[in-house]
Amino acid sequence: MEPYIELSYLKVAIAASLLLLNGAISIFLRLGLERRLMIAGIRTVIQLLLVGLVLEWVFAVDRWFLVVALLSLMSLVAGVVAVRRSERRFPGIWFNSIVSMWVSSWLITGVALFVIVDVEPWYSPQYAIPLLGMILGNTLNGISLGLDRLGEELVSRRSEVEELLALGARSWEAARRAVRQAVRVGMTPIVNSMMVVGIVSLPGMMTGQLLAGVDPAEAVKYQVVIMFLIASGTGLGTVAVVLLSYRRLFNSDHQFLYRLLSDSRSVDSGARQ
Amino acid sequence: MDDSTIPLVAHDLGRRKNAAGDWLLRDVELELGANDRVAIQGPSGAGKTLLLRSLALLDPIDSGSVSWNGAKVGGEGVPRYRGSVNYLHQTPALGETTVAAVLRRPFQLALHRDREWREERARDLFAELGRESSFLNKDLRDLSGGERQLTALVRALLLDPQILLLDEPTSALDASTTLLAEALVQRWLGERPQRAYLWVCHDDDQRRRVSDRNLTMAAGRLS
Repeated sequence: MEPYIELSYLKVAIAASLLLLNGAISIFLRLGLERRLMIAGIRTVIQLLLVGLVLEWVFAVDRWFLVVALLSLMSLVAGVVAVRRSERRFPGIWFNSIVSMWVSSWLITGVALFVIVDVEPWYSPQYAIPLLGMILGNTLNGISLGLDRLGEELVSRRSEVEELLALGARSWEAARRAVRQAVRVGMTPIVNSMMVVGIVSLPGMMTGQLLAGVDPAEAVKYQVVIMFLIASGTGLGTVAVVLLSYRRLFNSDHQFLYRLLSDSRSVDSGARQ
Repeated sequence: MDDSTIPLVAHDLGRRKNAAGDWLLRDVELELGANDRVAIQGPSGAGKTLLLRSLALLDPIDSGSVSWNGAKVGGEGVPRYRGSVNYLHQTPALGETTVAAVLRRPFQLALHRDREWREERARDLFAELGRESSFLNKDLRDLSGGERQLTALVRALLLDPQILLLDEPTSALDASTTLLAEALVQRWLGERPQRAYLWVCHDDDQRRRVSDRNLTMAAGRLS
């Protein structure tokens, strides 16, 4: 293994100064981005420092309940953020998102910890936290895209859905097109990144392992496993959230409850309209 | 009269704006029997479309019930009911394919799987409406509002419904095509003794031509 070079805080500061270049460009071209850039830079530092502190503490204490608590918090936040990013709202959307996020990512992470990587002990924070984190980050994308698309399809094609129902379609038959589109859209980013992985970019985790001096063949094996974990987690989560939402938006009388769907822009920023 | 001789019965039908809101439709009592030709008139916003949608059970109703052949309709019986009691939207969306694809679509539904799609039957119906056979190949995006209404009407007739709930089905048609559409509906009605329709129309002349019984909708009440 190559020796791993530790970074001093001075080196971090040099990296930060590179951001000033972007700021200068923004001022020169009057992009008006310098303020947002500064805030983004400061947030990056503070958020990651805090995460570092929390991780150091969790690693040091090394107890299962602490790890589980942190994993739970991560899943909860991911479920909430997925809804905040989608534009359509309906009663139960928060529940659907959090449940789908939780079940899919914990199931996949569980398989990884107990079977594939076979970590001892299973809650070992060094493995559990980054594994779940990577799966959550991608599942979040899938769930928010899937939710967004489902709402959009059903709102823009409401007449078509209702015409099919009026002709005797079961609610599943009338909604199938929207459900299929939503799942497809939710899965697209991960499928795309699997298509070009290694050609266009090296994934972050593999890059990290290479930097840490891991043998490339080992790093590749891990990356392949991670890609498959992420893809299956995203698929499960997207399908779950779309199906749960379909069950909310159609009832047992094969009626489309379109009045439940609202626009988040008019809910969150009603004052502006 | 015995209930079983009146296929469609709406009792105490009501719809609210929302859970605790004003009534948009209230105390509706309606019976539709064999060979009934009923017209509904009333000002815009009176609740005519809402009544038809409620009869087709497209929205949850807030009071009352809809019965079909003596049994209350709900749950798994709804798709079959809607196949027999067919509601036609006033401005059908149809989709983005061709006329033929739209007409064929219902035959893929579980309810109509036993039916056979026959293109020549669709062509005959369009011929009665004064359209050439090439109409079937038309792109939906090129259809006028009136042509969409004709397509929706043919799509419904191909499924042999027992009752049609027609929401101003000729509102976008020219005078001569309107007469053709009326004649087509009359022919459908005459083919089986138990058929009937409810026709929402604004035009007095049309009402005289197509109905034996007139109902008026005003502020959510039917009289």
